[in-house]
Amino acid sequence: MALPYDSAVKFQDYAHPQMIVSTEWLAEHLGDPGLVVAESDEDVLLYETGHIPGAVKLDWHTELNDPVTRDYVDGPGFAALMSEKGISRDTTLVLYGDRNNWWAAYALWVCSLFGHPDVRLLDGGRAKWIAEGRELSTSEPKRQQADYPVVDRDDQQIRAFASQVLAHLGQPMIDVRSPGEYTGELLHMPDYPQEGALRGGHIPGATNVPWARAAAEDATFRTRAELEAIYHGEAGLSPDDDVVVYCRIGERSSHTWFVLQHLLGYPHVRNYDGSWTEWGNSVRVPIRRGENP
Amino acid sequence: MTAATLNPRLQEIVDDFNAMPGKERLQLLLEFSQDLPPLPDRYAEDRSRLEPVPECQSPLFLAVEVEPDATVHLFFEAPREAPTTRGFASILHAGLDGLPAEEVLATPGEFTSQLGLQDLVSPLRLRGMAAMLARIKRQIRDQRG
Repeated sequence: MALPYDSAVKFQDYAHPQMIVSTEWLAEHLGDPGLVVAESDEDVLLYETGHIPGAVKLDWHTELNDPVTRDYVDGPGFAALMSEKGISRDTTLVLYGDRNNWWAAYALWVCSLFGHPDVRLLDGGRAKWIAEGRELSTSEPKRQQADYPVVDRDDQQIRAFASQVLAHLGQPMIDVRSPGEYTGELLHMPDYPQEGALRGGHIPGATNVPWARAAAEDATFRTRAELEAIYHGEAGLSPDDDVVVYCRIGERSSHTWFVLQHLLGYPHVRNYDGSWTEWGNSVRVPIRRGENP
Repeated sequence: MTAATLNPRLQEIVDDFNAMPGKERLQLLLEFSQDLPPLPDRYAEDRSRLEPVPECQSPLFLAVEVEPDATVHLFFEAPREAPTTRGFASILHAGLDGLPAEEVLATPGEFTSQLGLQDLVSPLRLRGMAAMLARIKRQIRDQRG
Protein backbone atom coordinates (compact mmCIF):
# COMPACT_ATOMS: atom_id res chain seq x y z
CA MET A 1 0.00 0.00 0.00
CA ALA A 2 2.02 2.94 -1.27
CA LEU A 3 1.67 6.38 0.22
CA PRO A 4 0.49 9.25 -1.98
CA TYR A 5 3.11 11.09 -3.97
CA ASP A 6 4.33 14.54 -3.07
CA SER A 7 2.64 17.02 -5.36
CA ALA A 8 5.14 19.84 -4.68
CA VAL A 9 5.45 22.00 -7.78
CA LYS A 10 9.24 21.75 -8.06
CA PHE A 11 9.09 17.96 -8.31
CA GLN A 12 6.60 17.91 -11.15
CA ASP A 13 9.32 19.07 -13.55
CA TYR A 14 11.43 16.03 -12.76
CA ALA A 15 11.17 12.94 -14.92
CA HIS A 16 10.18 10.70 -12.00
CA PRO A 17 8.55 12.94 -9.37
CA GLN A 18 7.42 9.85 -7.47
CA MET A 19 11.05 9.29 -6.40
CA ILE A 20 11.31 12.35 -4.19
CA VAL A 21 9.48 13.94 -1.24
CA SER A 22 9.80 17.24 0.58
CA THR A 23 10.34 17.76 4.30
CA GLU A 24 6.77 19.15 4.47
CA TRP A 25 5.38 15.95 2.97
CA LEU A 26 7.40 13.78 5.33
CA ALA A 27 6.39 15.77 8.40
CA GLU A 28 2.77 15.33 7.38
CA HIS A 29 3.07 11.58 6.78
CA LEU A 30 5.42 10.62 9.61
CA GLY A 31 3.89 7.68 11.43
CA ASP A 32 1.58 6.67 8.57
CA PRO A 33 1.20 2.91 8.20
CA GLY A 34 3.14 1.64 5.21
CA LEU A 35 5.90 4.23 5.57
CA VAL A 36 9.41 3.54 6.83
CA VAL A 37 11.99 6.32 7.03
CA ALA A 38 15.65 5.33 7.00
CA GLU A 39 18.69 7.49 7.62
CA SER A 40 21.91 6.68 5.82
CA ASP A 41 24.86 8.92 6.59
CA GLU A 42 28.41 9.36 5.57
CA ASP A 43 29.18 9.79 9.25
CA VAL A 44 28.18 6.55 10.95
CA LEU A 45 27.63 8.23 14.33
CA LEU A 46 25.33 10.99 13.17
CA TYR A 47 22.11 9.00 13.50
CA GLU A 48 22.89 8.44 17.20
CA THR A 49 23.16 12.19 17.81
CA GLY A 50 19.52 12.61 16.76
CA HIS A 51 17.36 11.50 13.83
CA ILE A 52 13.90 12.01 12.39
CA PRO A 53 11.49 10.45 14.93
CA GLY A 54 10.84 6.82 14.10
CA ALA A 55 13.57 6.63 11.45
CA VAL A 56 15.73 3.51 11.37
CA LYS A 57 19.44 3.58 10.65
CA LEU A 58 20.76 2.02 7.47
CA ASP A 59 24.51 1.71 7.67
CA TRP A 60 26.19 1.67 4.28
CA HIS A 61 29.42 0.23 5.58
CA THR A 62 28.28 -2.60 7.82
CA GLU A 63 24.86 -3.45 6.38
CA LEU A 64 24.76 -2.89 2.63
CA ASN A 65 28.11 -4.50 1.85
CA ASP A 66 29.09 -8.14 1.90
CA PRO A 67 31.49 -8.46 4.83
CA VAL A 68 34.06 -10.51 2.86
CA THR A 69 33.75 -10.05 -0.90
CA ARG A 70 33.82 -6.54 -2.33
CA ASP A 71 30.16 -6.61 -3.32
CA TYR A 72 26.75 -5.75 -1.96
CA VAL A 73 24.63 -8.06 0.12
CA ASP A 74 22.90 -10.82 -1.84
CA GLY A 75 19.17 -11.51 -2.09
CA PRO A 76 18.87 -13.40 1.22
CA GLY A 77 21.09 -10.82 2.93
CA PHE A 78 18.99 -7.93 1.66
CA ALA A 79 15.77 -9.68 2.65
CA ALA A 80 17.10 -10.25 6.17
CA LEU A 81 18.25 -6.65 6.45
CA MET A 82 14.95 -5.18 5.25
CA SER A 83 12.92 -7.54 7.45
CA GLU A 84 14.96 -6.60 10.50
CA LYS A 85 14.28 -2.91 9.81
CA GLY A 86 10.57 -3.59 9.56
CA ILE A 87 10.48 -2.99 5.80
CA SER A 88 8.21 -5.10 3.57
CA ARG A 89 8.19 -5.30 -0.19
CA ASP A 90 5.16 -2.96 -0.26
CA THR A 91 6.62 -0.42 2.18
CA THR A 92 7.08 3.15 1.01
CA LEU A 93 10.71 3.64 1.95
CA VAL A 94 11.94 7.22 2.33
CA LEU A 95 15.69 7.62 2.59
CA TYR A 96 17.55 10.65 3.83
CA GLY A 97 21.02 11.47 5.08
CA ASP A 98 23.80 13.94 5.60
CA ARG A 99 25.89 15.76 3.02
CA ASN A 100 23.33 16.37 0.29
CA ASN A 101 21.93 12.85 0.62
CA TRP A 102 25.19 11.43 -0.65
CA TRP A 103 24.86 8.10 1.18
CA ALA A 104 21.10 8.10 1.10
CA ALA A 105 21.34 8.13 -2.70
CA TYR A 106 23.80 5.25 -2.45
CA ALA A 107 21.38 3.30 -0.26
CA LEU A 108 18.60 4.08 -2.73
CA TRP A 109 20.74 2.77 -5.58
CA VAL A 110 21.40 -0.47 -3.68
CA CYS A 111 17.66 -0.81 -2.95
CA SER A 112 17.10 -0.32 -6.68
CA LEU A 113 19.43 -3.25 -7.45
CA PHE A 114 16.81 -5.32 -5.67
CA GLY A 115 13.97 -3.52 -7.40
CA HIS A 116 12.28 -2.24 -4.26
CA PRO A 117 9.06 -0.89 -5.79
CA ASP A 118 8.63 2.34 -3.83
CA VAL A 119 11.75 4.06 -2.58
CA ARG A 120 12.10 7.85 -2.41
CA LEU A 121 14.64 10.43 -1.36
CA LEU A 122 13.91 13.24 1.07
CA ASP A 123 14.84 16.41 -0.82
CA GLY A 124 17.40 18.32 1.23
CA GLY A 125 17.98 15.36 3.53
CA ARG A 126 19.06 15.69 7.10
CA ALA A 127 20.39 19.23 6.74
CA LYS A 128 17.10 20.70 5.54
CA TRP A 129 15.05 18.87 8.17
CA ILE A 130 17.29 20.32 10.89
CA ALA A 131 17.51 23.79 9.29
CA GLU A 132 13.73 23.98 9.43
CA GLY A 133 13.79 23.29 13.14
CA ARG A 134 11.90 20.03 12.82
CA GLU A 135 11.86 17.44 15.57
CA LEU A 136 14.75 15.06 16.17
CA SER A 137 14.87 12.05 18.43
CA THR A 138 17.67 10.02 19.95
CA SER A 139 15.52 7.05 20.90
CA GLU A 140 15.93 3.98 18.77
CA PRO A 141 12.59 2.97 17.25
CA LYS A 142 11.31 -0.51 18.00
CA ARG A 143 10.02 -1.76 14.70
CA GLN A 144 8.25 -5.02 14.26
CA GLN A 145 10.13 -7.59 12.20
CA ALA A 146 8.76 -7.70 8.65
CA ASP A 147 8.85 -10.49 6.09
CA TYR A 148 10.74 -9.21 3.08
CA PRO A 149 10.95 -11.76 0.24
CA VAL A 150 14.26 -12.95 -1.19
CA VAL A 151 14.69 -11.06 -4.46
CA ASP A 152 17.67 -11.64 -6.73
CA ARG A 153 19.91 -8.65 -7.17
CA ASP A 154 19.82 -7.36 -10.74
CA ASP A 155 23.29 -6.12 -11.68
CA GLN A 156 22.47 -5.67 -15.36
CA GLN A 157 20.50 -2.44 -15.52
CA ILE A 158 22.07 0.18 -13.30
CA ARG A 159 25.42 -1.31 -12.34
CA ALA A 160 28.59 -1.48 -14.43
CA PHE A 161 31.65 -3.65 -13.89
CA ALA A 162 35.21 -2.89 -14.98
CA SER A 163 35.08 -5.10 -18.09
CA GLN A 164 31.91 -3.31 -19.19
CA VAL A 165 33.52 0.06 -18.61
CA LEU A 166 36.47 -1.00 -20.78
CA ALA A 167 34.01 -1.89 -23.51
CA HIS A 168 32.27 1.43 -22.95
CA LEU A 169 35.39 3.58 -23.59
CA GLY A 170 34.58 6.32 -26.06
CA GLN A 171 30.97 6.57 -24.92
CA PRO A 172 29.62 9.09 -22.40
CA MET A 173 31.08 8.84 -18.95
CA ILE A 174 30.94 11.19 -15.96
CA ASP A 175 33.63 11.28 -13.30
CA VAL A 176 31.92 12.89 -10.31
CA ARG A 177 34.99 13.29 -8.10
CA SER A 178 36.64 16.57 -7.19
CA PRO A 179 38.79 18.26 -9.86
CA GLY A 180 41.97 17.31 -7.98
CA GLU A 181 41.08 13.63 -8.02
CA TYR A 182 40.09 13.86 -11.68
CA THR A 183 43.34 15.40 -12.88
CA GLY A 184 45.35 13.01 -10.74
CA GLU A 185 47.12 15.69 -8.75
CA LEU A 186 45.69 14.48 -5.43
CA LEU A 187 47.90 11.41 -5.54
CA HIS A 188 50.97 13.58 -5.90
CA MET A 189 50.98 15.03 -2.40
CA PRO A 190 54.21 13.82 -0.83
CA ASP A 191 54.26 12.06 2.55
CA TYR A 192 50.51 12.02 2.94
CA PRO A 193 48.29 8.98 3.05
CA GLN A 194 46.66 8.39 -0.29
CA GLU A 195 43.13 7.63 -1.36
CA GLY A 196 43.79 3.95 -1.79
CA ALA A 197 44.68 3.91 -5.49
CA LEU A 198 48.14 3.36 -6.95
CA ARG A 199 47.55 5.61 -9.95
CA GLY A 200 45.88 8.99 -10.21
CA GLY A 201 43.81 10.44 -13.02
CA HIS A 202 40.57 9.49 -14.71
CA ILE A 203 39.12 7.04 -17.19
CA PRO A 204 39.83 8.36 -20.71
CA GLY A 205 36.81 10.11 -22.14
CA ALA A 206 35.13 10.81 -18.80
CA THR A 207 33.89 14.35 -18.23
CA ASN A 208 34.38 15.83 -14.77
CA VAL A 209 31.17 17.01 -13.12
CA PRO A 210 31.62 16.98 -9.32
CA TRP A 211 28.54 15.30 -7.86
CA ALA A 212 27.59 18.06 -5.41
CA ARG A 213 26.95 20.50 -8.24
CA ALA A 214 23.54 18.86 -8.50
CA ALA A 215 22.71 20.14 -5.02
CA ALA A 216 21.73 23.66 -4.03
CA GLU A 217 23.01 25.49 -0.94
CA ASP A 218 20.26 24.01 1.23
CA ALA A 219 21.16 20.45 0.10
CA THR A 220 18.05 20.11 -2.05
CA PHE A 221 18.35 19.04 -5.66
CA ARG A 222 18.66 21.83 -8.18
CA THR A 223 15.68 22.44 -10.40
CA ARG A 224 15.32 20.53 -13.62
CA ALA A 225 16.32 23.57 -15.66
CA GLU A 226 19.48 24.03 -13.58
CA LEU A 227 20.35 20.34 -13.85
CA GLU A 228 19.87 20.41 -17.60
CA ALA A 229 22.20 23.40 -17.86
CA ILE A 230 24.90 21.37 -16.08
CA TYR A 231 24.49 17.93 -17.61
CA HIS A 232 23.21 18.82 -21.07
CA GLY A 233 24.73 22.25 -21.52
CA GLU A 234 28.11 21.87 -19.91
CA ALA A 235 28.76 18.13 -19.96
CA GLY A 236 27.11 17.64 -23.35
CA LEU A 237 25.00 14.62 -22.38
CA SER A 238 21.70 13.87 -24.00
CA PRO A 239 18.90 11.80 -22.50
CA ASP A 240 19.24 8.88 -24.90
CA ASP A 241 22.94 8.45 -24.10
CA ASP A 242 24.24 5.29 -22.52
CA VAL A 243 26.06 6.82 -19.54
CA VAL A 244 28.47 5.37 -16.98
CA VAL A 245 29.13 7.32 -13.79
CA TYR A 246 31.86 6.65 -11.26
CA CYS A 247 33.74 8.15 -8.31
CA ARG A 248 35.99 6.47 -5.75
CA ILE A 249 33.85 3.58 -4.53
CA GLY A 250 30.53 4.33 -6.20
CA GLU A 251 28.82 6.38 -3.48
CA ARG A 252 29.11 9.93 -4.78
CA SER A 253 28.27 8.66 -8.25
CA SER A 254 25.04 7.12 -6.91
CA HIS A 255 23.91 10.69 -6.33
CA THR A 256 24.64 11.60 -9.96
CA TRP A 257 23.03 8.34 -11.09
CA PHE A 258 19.86 9.40 -9.24
CA VAL A 259 19.95 12.83 -10.89
CA LEU A 260 20.40 11.47 -14.42
CA GLN A 261 18.05 8.51 -14.10
CA HIS A 262 15.23 9.88 -12.00
CA LEU A 263 15.34 13.66 -12.15
CA LEU A 264 16.36 14.00 -15.81
CA GLY A 265 14.88 10.69 -16.92
CA TYR A 266 17.82 9.05 -18.70
CA PRO A 267 16.85 5.42 -19.24
CA HIS A 268 20.42 4.10 -19.55
CA VAL A 269 22.63 5.12 -16.65
CA ARG A 270 24.93 2.71 -14.90
CA ASN A 271 26.97 3.28 -11.77
CA TYR A 272 30.46 1.78 -11.88
CA ASP A 273 30.84 1.03 -8.18
CA GLY A 274 34.33 -0.39 -8.56
CA SER A 275 35.19 3.19 -9.46
CA TRP A 276 38.64 4.67 -8.98
CA THR A 277 39.69 2.33 -6.17
CA GLU A 278 39.40 -0.47 -8.72
CA TRP A 279 40.42 1.32 -11.92
CA GLY A 280 43.36 3.17 -10.37
CA ASN A 281 44.75 -0.13 -9.05
CA SER A 282 44.17 -2.22 -12.17
CA VAL A 283 47.04 -3.34 -14.37
CA ARG A 284 47.20 -1.93 -17.91
CA VAL A 285 43.86 -0.14 -18.01
CA PRO A 286 44.05 3.21 -19.79
CA ILE A 287 44.28 6.30 -17.57
CA ARG A 288 44.38 9.95 -18.46
CA ARG A 289 45.91 12.73 -16.36
CA GLY A 290 45.08 16.39 -16.43
CA GLU A 291 42.02 18.44 -17.13
CA ASN A 292 41.05 17.09 -20.55
CA PRO A 293 38.66 14.14 -20.85
CA MET B 1 52.31 -8.31 14.07
CA THR B 2 54.46 -7.05 16.89
CA ALA B 3 52.53 -4.96 19.33
CA ALA B 4 54.27 -1.60 19.47
CA THR B 5 53.99 -0.06 22.92
CA LEU B 6 51.39 2.64 23.43
CA ASN B 7 51.65 5.24 26.11
CA PRO B 8 49.52 4.30 29.15
CA ARG B 9 46.75 6.81 28.41
CA LEU B 10 46.29 5.69 24.83
CA GLN B 11 46.55 2.07 25.91
CA GLU B 12 43.74 2.62 28.40
CA ILE B 13 41.54 4.06 25.64
CA VAL B 14 42.32 1.08 23.41
CA ASP B 15 41.48 -1.27 26.29
CA ASP B 16 38.21 0.56 26.98
CA PHE B 17 37.11 0.16 23.37
CA ASN B 18 38.03 -3.49 23.25
CA ALA B 19 36.23 -4.26 26.48
CA MET B 20 32.92 -3.40 24.83
CA PRO B 21 30.73 -5.21 22.33
CA GLY B 22 30.57 -3.72 18.84
CA LYS B 23 27.62 -1.40 19.07
CA GLU B 24 28.66 0.07 22.38
CA ARG B 25 32.02 0.98 20.86
CA LEU B 26 30.17 3.42 18.63
CA GLN B 27 28.51 4.86 21.72
CA LEU B 28 31.91 5.33 23.34
CA LEU B 29 33.16 7.03 20.19
CA LEU B 30 30.12 9.30 20.33
CA GLU B 31 30.99 10.22 23.93
CA PHE B 32 34.54 11.07 22.85
CA SER B 33 33.13 13.27 20.09
CA GLN B 34 31.11 15.20 22.67
CA ASP B 35 34.18 15.71 24.84
CA LEU B 36 36.41 17.31 22.22
CA PRO B 37 37.53 20.63 23.74
CA PRO B 38 36.66 23.74 21.74
CA LEU B 39 39.39 25.68 19.96
CA PRO B 40 41.04 28.35 22.08
CA ASP B 41 40.36 31.90 20.90
CA ARG B 42 43.81 32.37 19.42
CA TYR B 43 42.98 29.73 16.82
CA ALA B 44 39.31 30.43 16.45
CA GLU B 45 40.19 34.04 15.56
CA ASP B 46 43.04 33.20 13.21
CA ARG B 47 42.13 30.11 11.28
CA SER B 48 45.11 30.45 8.97
CA ARG B 49 47.16 28.90 11.78
CA LEU B 50 45.21 25.64 11.51
CA GLU B 51 46.30 22.81 9.27
CA PRO B 52 43.54 21.14 7.25
CA VAL B 53 43.46 17.34 7.13
CA PRO B 54 41.92 16.54 3.74
CA GLU B 55 42.25 12.80 4.31
CA CYS B 56 39.33 13.07 6.68
CA GLN B 57 36.15 13.01 4.65
CA SER B 58 34.70 15.71 6.85
CA PRO B 59 36.43 19.02 7.44
CA LEU B 60 39.00 18.73 10.17
CA PHE B 61 41.62 21.23 11.20
CA LEU B 62 44.37 20.82 13.72
CA ALA B 63 47.13 22.77 15.38
CA VAL B 64 50.15 21.53 17.31
CA GLU B 65 52.15 23.48 19.87
CA VAL B 66 55.43 22.23 21.30
CA GLU B 67 56.57 24.01 24.46
CA PRO B 68 60.27 24.67 25.15
CA ASP B 69 60.31 21.67 27.50
CA ALA B 70 58.94 19.58 24.58
CA THR B 71 55.43 19.20 25.99
CA VAL B 72 52.97 18.80 23.10
CA HIS B 73 49.56 20.48 22.97
CA LEU B 74 46.97 19.52 20.40
CA PHE B 75 44.01 21.52 19.11
CA PHE B 76 41.29 20.27 16.81
CA GLU B 77 38.27 21.64 15.08
CA ALA B 78 35.60 19.54 13.41
CA PRO B 79 31.93 20.37 12.92
CA ARG B 80 29.18 18.90 15.10
CA GLU B 81 27.80 17.26 11.98
CA ALA B 82 30.91 15.09 11.82
CA PRO B 83 30.80 13.17 15.11
CA THR B 84 33.02 10.34 13.90
CA THR B 85 35.79 12.70 12.88
CA ARG B 86 35.35 14.60 16.14
CA GLY B 87 35.52 11.32 18.03
CA PHE B 88 38.82 10.38 16.42
CA ALA B 89 40.27 13.82 17.11
CA SER B 90 39.08 13.55 20.70
CA ILE B 91 40.77 10.15 21.14
CA LEU B 92 44.05 11.64 19.96
CA HIS B 93 43.54 14.61 22.26
CA ALA B 94 42.74 12.43 25.26
CA GLY B 95 45.60 10.08 24.51
CA LEU B 96 48.38 12.46 23.48
CA ASP B 97 47.78 16.05 24.64
CA GLY B 98 50.30 17.14 27.27
CA LEU B 99 52.77 14.34 26.59
CA PRO B 100 56.45 14.90 25.79
CA ALA B 101 57.21 15.13 22.07
CA GLU B 102 59.20 11.90 22.09
CA GLU B 103 56.22 9.95 23.37
CA VAL B 104 53.89 11.39 20.77
CA LEU B 105 56.41 10.64 18.03
CA ALA B 106 56.71 7.06 19.31
CA THR B 107 52.97 6.43 18.86
CA PRO B 108 52.67 3.72 16.20
CA GLY B 109 50.60 4.83 13.22
CA GLU B 110 48.74 1.52 13.20
CA PHE B 111 47.31 2.01 16.70
CA THR B 112 44.08 3.12 14.97
CA SER B 113 43.51 -0.50 13.99
CA GLN B 114 43.66 -1.61 17.63
CA LEU B 115 40.47 0.20 18.65
CA GLY B 116 38.26 -2.59 17.34
CA LEU B 117 36.39 -0.19 15.07
CA GLN B 118 37.35 -1.56 11.67
CA ASP B 119 34.11 -3.50 11.30
CA LEU B 120 32.05 -0.49 12.35
CA VAL B 121 33.73 2.41 10.64
CA SER B 122 35.00 2.50 7.08
CA PRO B 123 38.72 1.93 6.50
CA LEU B 124 38.95 5.34 4.85
CA ARG B 125 37.79 7.00 8.06
CA LEU B 126 40.30 5.08 10.11
CA ARG B 127 42.94 6.23 7.64
CA GLY B 128 41.71 9.75 8.37
CA MET B 129 42.67 9.28 12.00
CA ALA B 130 46.04 7.85 10.99
CA ALA B 131 46.49 10.92 8.78
CA MET B 132 45.79 13.23 11.74
CA LEU B 133 48.47 11.42 13.72
CA ALA B 134 50.93 11.58 10.81
CA ARG B 135 50.39 15.33 10.47
CA ILE B 136 50.76 15.85 14.21
CA LYS B 137 54.08 14.03 14.14
CA ARG B 138 55.27 15.99 11.12
CA GLN B 139 54.40 19.29 12.78
CA ILE B 140 56.29 18.26 15.92
CA ARG B 141 59.35 17.40 13.86
CA ASP B 142 59.09 20.66 11.92
CA GLN B 143 58.76 22.74 15.06
CA ARG B 144 61.66 21.04 16.75
CA GLY B 145 63.84 21.51 13.67
